[in-house]
Amino acid sequence: MATNPQSKVSGAIANGAKPWITHDQEPFIKISNLTKKFGDFTAVDNVSLEIYREELFCLLGGSGCGKSTLLRMLAGFEAPTSGKIEIDGQDMSGVAPFDRPTNMMFQSYALFPHMSVEKNVAYGLLRDGVSKNDAYSQVNEMLKLVQLEDFGKRKPDQLSGGQRQRVALARSLIKRPKLLLLDEPLGALDKKLREETQFELINIQESLGVTFIVVTHDQEEAMTLSTRIGVMNEGEIVQVGEPREVYEFPQSRFVADFIGSVNIFEGRVSDDAIDYVRIKSEDANCEIHVSHGVSCTENQKLWFAIRPEKMTVTHKKPHKTKLAKFNWISGIVDEIAYQGNLSVYRIKLESGKVVRITKSNRLRHDEDEITWDDKVYVSWEDTAGVVLTQ
Amino acid sequence: MRKSFSFSSVATVLGFAFLYAPIVSLIIFSFNESKLVTVWAGFSTKWYVKLFQDPQILGAAWISLKIAFISASLAIILGTLAAYVLVRFRRFLGKNLLSGMITAPLVMPDVIIGLSLLLLFISMESLFGWPAGRGLTTIIIAHTTFCMAYVAVVVQSRLGDMDESLEEAALDLGAKPVRVFFDITLPVISPALVSGWLLSFTLSLDDLVIASFVSGPGASTLPMVIFSKVRLGVSPDINALATIIIVIVALGVLVAATKMKPEKGY
Repeated sequence: MATNPQSKVSGAIANGAKPWITHDQEPFIKISNLTKKFGDFTAVDNVSLEIYREELFCLLGGSGCGKSTLLRMLAGFEAPTSGKIEIDGQDMSGVAPFDRPTNMMFQSYALFPHMSVEKNVAYGLLRDGVSKNDAYSQVNEMLKLVQLEDFGKRKPDQLSGGQRQRVALARSLIKRPKLLLLDEPLGALDKKLREETQFELINIQESLGVTFIVVTHDQEEAMTLSTRIGVMNEGEIVQVGEPREVYEFPQSRFVADFIGSVNIFEGRVSDDAIDYVRIKSEDANCEIHVSHGVSCTENQKLWFAIRPEKMTVTHKKPHKTKLAKFNWISGIVDEIAYQGNLSVYRIKLESGKVVRITKSNRLRHDEDEITWDDKVYVSWEDTAGVVLTQ
Repeated sequence: MRKSFSFSSVATVLGFAFLYAPIVSLIIFSFNESKLVTVWAGFSTKWYVKLFQDPQILGAAWISLKIAFISASLAIILGTLAAYVLVRFRRFLGKNLLSGMITAPLVMPDVIIGLSLLLLFISMESLFGWPAGRGLTTIIIAHTTFCMAYVAVVVQSRLGDMDESLEEAALDLGAKPVRVFFDITLPVISPALVSGWLLSFTLSLDDLVIASFVSGPGASTLPMVIFSKVRLGVSPDINALATIIIVIVALGVLVAATKMKPEKGY
């Protein structure tokens, strides 16, 4: 999917401001040293996080990583074992869900099956003592926003999955919460609908100016939606950053591997200079030249991670004027997956390691097409990968 | 494909015959002219007329309906509370014990329930003076007790299937827990409440053994009256009464089945 994370960042927060870099705003949500234990099991482990007003923050992680528990603590359904949550300067400890300035959109949507769409959406307003007339005119407006104005009288079981998702969104937004929590908001939709809905969600978020925290296990979704992503693993936040930052500059092998796919070569530092580092890798069977300095020591064990789309595969040995002996390896084509826009090659290196390379199919007919069992050369630029120390 | 007499179709016919032949013959003989229950002597509705002129049977029917209505309603309230605690309250000391104890009356013989309740009522009367004597009140208490177990089981399974995030969503939208219970939980489990109530009503109407133990003078339920009448010889007006009850029950089941379409939770 073609996405440009940079362009929406500017939309979600006015004028492309990045308060997490400039620190010119008070954080809107402050989570400090939050821990949640269920018996012996630590679901959320000492998480500290600052989220700014009008952000669309994604908590990304596999199942059981604690992201949903963190969200439920924000909503007030779980009480933290220790630590503190502040929303807009207000300490949330001991505040019941019905008194919090947050609303939540549930993964199952949790639409009340015995109420019509209108009544579902109006429920929150009526509980706050808004008059019926007022409430229903707001409901109509909200249903217009989610393009369901003609469906007010229907019951949830008379709606399609996508429509139900929009009712759930409308219901959770009607009270104009300071913070909207979304638990896998698009998880139950099929792929095509999901892509459309992602952009709708961003538009709605921008037009209402509500801060969103989205829990998802889908890294593509997180990349598309968010201003920043917090990657979680085993209850901890392992990296927080803008989508591009998390993708291009992962700080650990876990993040590199979890977000997108990656080839990782284990190796040892063979030459450490101020402006470059060289890594001797048995995995790669070559010496890797990286054109930036890394704080490391000679012979230290580390990992070189490179994305499949940043490697080139050719029949001819790559001609490089400088550094001719670095950053290329020969191998045999093991598998090819033709996906239309892309082709994915699995290439078996001499060391026995298999690397994954993607190539966009720009030509309709390729004279020099790479096919099974060809002997090929894999090469990359000296700026293409990252060095990981953990 | 032409089917010959397969085992399953024969079994189905025989099974239904086994279940319904007695009832069908009972209905047919309720329209019998003759006083002899087993000899057909032409069509007549005189036993129905006679039935509605018998104050003993009408009185007993009224008492039974009253008892069934009140104890089914009480059983619904108590049984729902019990089920709610068992499903919603996670792990508390004695939860399994409580769960077992609530369902015990389902498997306990009626004779034992009746006898133990009788002993309880007698000792309560001598200790606090309540319930004074045995009659309507004691039967209602007894029926509520054992019907509650059935309600708890029915409601428990429905509550267990209910998506808990429905309640959380209501809490999240600003409803206090009590409000959530009445706005969300009750309507969602209402089919179970209706079937629990109907089940309790039927069980109470049907009960002979427990009622015989805890009943007192002036509080003979319909089954008790029928049973005592039958011991003096089966008279055709009992057939008429049974036919009326069957028709009422069949109508009740029909209405319940058409009204309660299973609702899925979203």
